[in-house]
Amino acid sequence: MATMIENEVPQGLNADPMIPQLYRVDRVRDETDDTFTFSLVPENGEAKISFLPGQFNMLYVFGTGEVPISISGNPAMTSVLEHTTRSVGIVTKAMCLLKPGDQIGVRGPFGSHWPLNEENGRDLVIISGGIGLAPLRPVLYFLMAQREKYRKIVLLYGARAPEDILFKKELERWRGKFDLEVQVTVDRAASGWRGNVGVVTPLVARAPFDPSNTVALLCGPEVMMRYAVMELQKRGVPHDRMYLSMERNMKCALGYCGHCQYGPGFVCKDGPVYRFDQIVSVFGKSEV
Amino acid sequence: MTPKAPRFNNCLVLSPQQLDQLLQVLTKRDYEVLGPTIREGAVVYDHVSSTKDLPVGWTDEQAGGKYRLKRREDDALFGFVVGAHSWKKFVFPPAMRLWQAHRTNGLFQIVPETRKATKFAFIGVRACELHALSIQDKVFLKGPYVDSIYKLHRENIFIVAVDCVQPGGTCFCASMNTGPKAATGFDLALTEVLHEGRHHFIVRIGTKAGADLISQVPHEEAAAGDVEFAENLVAEAAKHMGRSLDVNGIKEMLYRNIEHVRWDQVADRCLSCSNCTMVCPTCFCSTVEDLTDLSGQQAERWRKWDSCFTTDFSYIHGSSVRSTPRSKYRQWMMHKLAYWIDQFGTSGCVGCGRCITWCPVGIDITEEARVMREGETLASAAG
Amino acid sequence: MIHTLESVIREHPFFQDFPEEHLSFITGCAKNVQFPEKHFIFLEGDPADEFYFIRGGMVSVELVIPHLGATTVQTVGEGEILGWSWVSPPYRWHFNAKTLKRTRALVFDAKCLRAKCEEDHDLGFEMLKRFASIITSRLDATRLQLLDIYGHND
Repeated sequence: MATMIENEVPQGLNADPMIPQLYRVDRVRDETDDTFTFSLVPENGEAKISFLPGQFNMLYVFGTGEVPISISGNPAMTSVLEHTTRSVGIVTKAMCLLKPGDQIGVRGPFGSHWPLNEENGRDLVIISGGIGLAPLRPVLYFLMAQREKYRKIVLLYGARAPEDILFKKELERWRGKFDLEVQVTVDRAASGWRGNVGVVTPLVARAPFDPSNTVALLCGPEVMMRYAVMELQKRGVPHDRMYLSMERNMKCALGYCGHCQYGPGFVCKDGPVYRFDQIVSVFGKSEV
Repeated sequence: MTPKAPRFNNCLVLSPQQLDQLLQVLTKRDYEVLGPTIREGAVVYDHVSSTKDLPVGWTDEQAGGKYRLKRREDDALFGFVVGAHSWKKFVFPPAMRLWQAHRTNGLFQIVPETRKATKFAFIGVRACELHALSIQDKVFLKGPYVDSIYKLHRENIFIVAVDCVQPGGTCFCASMNTGPKAATGFDLALTEVLHEGRHHFIVRIGTKAGADLISQVPHEEAAAGDVEFAENLVAEAAKHMGRSLDVNGIKEMLYRNIEHVRWDQVADRCLSCSNCTMVCPTCFCSTVEDLTDLSGQQAERWRKWDSCFTTDFSYIHGSSVRSTPRSKYRQWMMHKLAYWIDQFGTSGCVGCGRCITWCPVGIDITEEARVMREGETLASAAG
Repeated sequence: MIHTLESVIREHPFFQDFPEEHLSFITGCAKNVQFPEKHFIFLEGDPADEFYFIRGGMVSVELVIPHLGATTVQTVGEGEILGWSWVSPPYRWHFNAKTLKRTRALVFDAKCLRAKCEEDHDLGFEMLKRFASIITSRLDATRLQLLDIYGHND
């Protein structure tokens, strides 16, 4: 059961937030052919893991570089830190070659988090695409741990193809045990796929939630979120009940290198999770 | 004999020789004394051991894309405004190693840098630069994380500020409410007066440290008439700024014009050379570089100055969010005049004019803002 | 039976604000239908003389590609509309439609509707307006699918 206090955002374990703490790889698991989840334990055995769903860490692979990766694990687990990432660049490619026992530098957790009390007594619609399901998994754990506080919870998930669907086992378990309505759609089907084919947008249009009493959480490619926001707007969900996880180039993650600026804020400290009314003036504006 | 420490609300007067003695006291007290000097045809901030090292008898001529030094007819010590340098390079060094990592037998350890603080004394800090320092203080010291490097360098700086009595060709501190008179953030503030054969400095005391320092050199109380004369010089300077910027509702105005055609027009001229960001006293963007040696066993992390105009600044997922000069210039200007207000509560611009002077094509931030604002006025007048 | 049909049609978002005078004609063109799983509702090349409101189940819109076999390009589910090739000549289906599970639908006699739309252009315009917006959403969706937004960016 998550015991985080809303106002107390844990900001990492060390005095100087530019110095990585050393962790060891505990397990590495392939989710799809280019996405993997790895779990880390701190070298300092006494250190307790503490983060809020939606936050991210800066992960450093010796001699290669440092990248921001969303934490994808269960916030109630204080001994292991999980991340899920695609292997696309130099650092993540090096990461997917790590083995249990290898070291990794960790700075964080940084950033804002998914709302944790907004949803009480409301419907929830969670709209995710591709790797965007990973930063949402911690909030799903949190919600399932106190399922009775919410009304309908709908998860809409778009993936490239059936073999790219993440966390299949967990989705099934939540669907069965915790009354989580899960609708998955793929851009292109493989033979044998008997589910939705197409984009997430029409699913948003038809999902069974009450727009006047719903909180929406969105995470995925920006263009997917743009279309999903339009559908939510069409259905009458107000801007201050929509939350989006945004991404920009990150270097320091501390709010002063300037790289992650997104309009009037910094994604590393004002985000990555934004309430939509905070960014409506710049969202979707090209090249902001 | 130690003179009694003067009271705060007294104005004092120093001769140029007495000012020189002040610099000697600072040096004796192990301050690294930095001030304006001339090198390669420009005013740069560098080590100053006496008033002879200052640009005595020089002034500057500044315009869009133009900077020249010119001889004055007098021997003013501070008869110019600002050059390409700003004080940020001392508190926010252009390149700093953050830590080293060593790998042995497959395992690595991180060794943080140990740093020693240098005691700086800044001589000749302009009012706009005082504001720039306090703006950067907000960025580096008042956020969720304190930048320890900035903090280390920023503490214990002794500041001798200088009012501007002759504004520069691209200055607009009066519009930004940041000058020409030094208001706060200094230990001592000087107004240089050359009038009817006399040459002296009216001194305002800002802090106890300032009072203590000046008590170490011979000084006198300033005559009321001299103080008033000095104040008038500064007040007059405020009326003769080279540029002006209407800051009323500028944030909202820029947000409304985020897709204005003017951005395309300025983009035709902007070279994305990043000069403006290098010379701007408030620009704070940096990058983090991870380096390894050839053996692959030693790694280092460095922080270096960066600019939002560089190609990869906004690189994510295979391409840059801002890849065109249009979007980069817009980001820089909107950050400086609009987003900064949302981020830090003040404007990011202090009206020093450096970006106008040092832009190779003379792009003028005040002109860009004016054109957009006038465009709105015309549109609404047309009904 | 007609009463139930009419209320289903009236309440469907597609027919929101539809002129009252045309509703009973429309209802007359419709009837309930059910399909078992893995059933071809229509085949590519067949005459396109109907369209469907899906009331339950799921239909796969697919193309047969020689080396790939039958490939689903889109699925149409509950509350959605299947088929717009009835609107313009040559009135032939461009794709196969195959049920993925047991599916209930309302089928509309498009041949009859076409004739009536030629006679009554007001009715024709109301129908075309609505189908145009369905086609636009499908086009938007198809474009997003084409962009392969979850794919690699290199």
